Amino acid sequence: MPVRFALDDITKRYGSVTALDGAHLLLEGGEVHAVLGENGAGKTTLMRVAFGLTAPDLGTVALDGVPVAIPNPRAARALGIGMVHQHFTSVPQLPVAENVALSAGWPARPGDMRRRLALLCQTLDLPLDPDALAGTLPVALKQRLEILKALATDTKVLLLDEPTAVLTPREAAGLFTFLRSFASEGGAVALITHKLNEVLDGADRVTVLRAGRVTHTGPAEGETRSTLTRHMIGRDITSPEQSRSVSGGDVLVRVADGVLASPSFQGSGLRSGSLEVRAGEVVGIAAVEGNGQRELLRASAGVWTLDGGVVELAGSCAFIPEDRTSEGLIPAMSLTENVVLGGAPGASWLRHAGPLTTIDWQAAAEASAKIIEEYGVVAPGPESPVATLSGGNQQKLVLGRALLSEPRVIVAENPTRGLDVAAATEIHDRLRRAAHNGAAVLFYSSDLDEVLEMADRVVVVANGRTVPVDGAPGRTRVGELMLGSRSPGS
Amino acid sequence: MRRVRGLVLSPSAVTVMAIAAGAVLLAVGLELTGYHSGQAFRAMWHGAFGSWYAFTSATLLRAIPLIVIALGFALALKGGALNIGAEGQFYAGAIAATWIGLQVHSWGTVPAILAVWLASCLAGVVWMALPVLLRTRYGVLEAISTLLMNFIALSLVSYMVQGPLQEASGIYPQSDQIAEVARIPLIAGTRLHWGIAVAFGLAALIWWIFKSSQWGFHLRAVGQGAEAALVTGRIDRNRVLAAALLWSGALAGLAGGFEVSGVSHALYQNLSPGYGFAAIAVALLARLDPRGIVLSGILFGALEAGAGAMQRDAGVPSVAVYVVEAVVILVILLAGAAKAAGLGSRSPALSVGVEP
Repeated sequence: MPVRFALDDITKRYGSVTALDGAHLLLEGGEVHAVLGENGAGKTTLMRVAFGLTAPDLGTVALDGVPVAIPNPRAARALGIGMVHQHFTSVPQLPVAENVALSAGWPARPGDMRRRLALLCQTLDLPLDPDALAGTLPVALKQRLEILKALATDTKVLLLDEPTAVLTPREAAGLFTFLRSFASEGGAVALITHKLNEVLDGADRVTVLRAGRVTHTGPAEGETRSTLTRHMIGRDITSPEQSRSVSGGDVLVRVADGVLASPSFQGSGLRSGSLEVRAGEVVGIAAVEGNGQRELLRASAGVWTLDGGVVELAGSCAFIPEDRTSEGLIPAMSLTENVVLGGAPGASWLRHAGPLTTIDWQAAAEASAKIIEEYGVVAPGPESPVATLSGGNQQKLVLGRALLSEPRVIVAENPTRGLDVAAATEIHDRLRRAAHNGAAVLFYSSDLDEVLEMADRVVVVANGRTVPVDGAPGRTRVGELMLGSRSPGS
Repeated sequence: MRRVRGLVLSPSAVTVMAIAAGAVLLAVGLELTGYHSGQAFRAMWHGAFGSWYAFTSATLLRAIPLIVIALGFALALKGGALNIGAEGQFYAGAIAATWIGLQVHSWGTVPAILAVWLASCLAGVVWMALPVLLRTRYGVLEAISTLLMNFIALSLVSYMVQGPLQEASGIYPQSDQIAEVARIPLIAGTRLHWGIAVAFGLAALIWWIFKSSQWGFHLRAVGQGAEAALVTGRIDRNRVLAAALLWSGALAGLAGGFEVSGVSHALYQNLSPGYGFAAIAVALLARLDPRGIVLSGILFGALEAGAGAMQRDAGVPSVAVYVVEAVVILVILLAGAAKAAGLGSRSPALSVGVEP
């Protein structure tokens, strides 16, 4: 008998902020239901309510028509609700079997655990080595472990928070095949995603949230990218003209046979990386996390030094690091101080007196006020701490600061991570404009669609090696190259 | 943010609260153990501020090493490094000052005093060199290595005053008096030496460094966001930290030099009543602001001066004032922790409110 899981009229406030405002989500057995929305629209809060992690202020939850209380995740699991979180929640030092046992509450008898896990893997057709340490699994298998954990108890409703963010296209397709088969047995699946293609191709129905309210719910069939976008942000996004620049400019960045071991000892490191970026073009890097793209990007920007090979950088270079709150900004410092932190050597606020360099804070405040105005950064003022800004505004500051000195080279590492559609579009627009004005832009995103949309030319990094892609790169072709020699899945 | 903000007091309120809490706790402790707190506080006040002579010769005199060491502590901590070894560097400076002070009988006053100061700074730097090396090369925490260097310094002083630097008569474990020319002149009518002017000058200089110099900004950046300083600021973190720690050592060493050439004129054990540790409270109470360090240094100098008077006139053991010092540190640390928690507790849902 198919289940019905209904969240109705859910309201959740945090102080003066309303995260959910009478939102609803109705899951039918047998369906894959996509939950869409911009950052902060309330998707994750809604899922947290469904899994007992957040108590709603108002609203009802009903399973098969019976109202239920879900005070905590334990209660959720008892009702047959499982959740796969955005971030992996396994204990990296423990083997797969123990992680599943820990989560499912199985008794810690080794033989017993392994037998039950083997049965589970077989039933779900998701093979996984019970003795492998969770921390050593490749990303796709880590996620498989999370799914096994969520389904280890008798689960009828499966919630997933951005499950495909870390997967290659082929891995994501595998995940959807599994979700489809889970649903066909009568289960209900709800998944949060940012990728519109997934909604259009993989989901039966879609619920769109905006500012805590449901703006649309209905079958995925018949929707298009633009209708979904309109539901999400309430208006059409006008993409700037795709003025693909003619790549005939000078080579501003050249990396030849770059070798760099991963400083964190994670992933493959860079084994052999070569690329060129010319003035006026955007070169996109497509890669699965941990394949050496980070090493390549940072070596190109001169942030890290290669172990072997050559980097040639003609002219000033601005680097936009992926993690803005730890590497891009100092949250406790003011906007102005953060502008000074990322200033170019010839910045307007630097004063030289003999060997002594001093900072003219008045000039620096003017520079940061200019960025605030030009980029529409919403901030109390240039002297307030950056920690008080939202992620989108922080990233605008990072970008404005990077472009302030009109660098000839821009290396951007996942610059739209965690941003909503409107903010991401603006970042794209600014970067493309910089390229149009003659900068060489090296762009990486963990979202392949974004790379393909932004780039004039694509370079795939797989297993530490660069693979240039000729001509107009097809999505499938790039996806295959991204997998490189690494075997997909198990 | 709004809910949290209620917990975060303004910095000056925290300072006043810290001092008040220390005083109240001391009063309660005194009353509970049968002393008259009123009498004790009167004696302290009299000993510290009761007269121009008391203020200069007791309070300000003790404030000199506290201010100078606290400036060094603040310099290191701005960059995120904890110099717990000021006591050791102070003694290293004192040994060097004594040694030079014994050699310069035939020199002029100015070169002799400058030589003593320079030697004590260098000794502080030398004493800090090993912790810096361990930190930058092997990642050994300077909080531990500098602390351990203290014990070596104490043993070295003990050895010096019973060995190479022991007085010619060989009776007491102390050095001979240093040359007259190597002694810092006193301000007329007091026992206060002109090192106080140097201490104030250093405070002004370091305040300017923090505020206006690029190096000072790099130091703060390394202290508040090491990763961002490296990746975005392209700042050589080890270099900045090493310089900050070495200067910190130099200042603590200079404080030792001041004490020998301005106060004791000789080296002996227990020359410092724990200046190296009290200065940590001085710096924290001022929240590392050099201007505030001058004030909190004078306050702690008054506490040290008052403690002696309290023991003499009210019969209260002078160690009782350490209660105040300890409570001040605890309150400041708690306030800092509350602030850090406030800044760090922005949940994604809460940030919705400021999304464009």
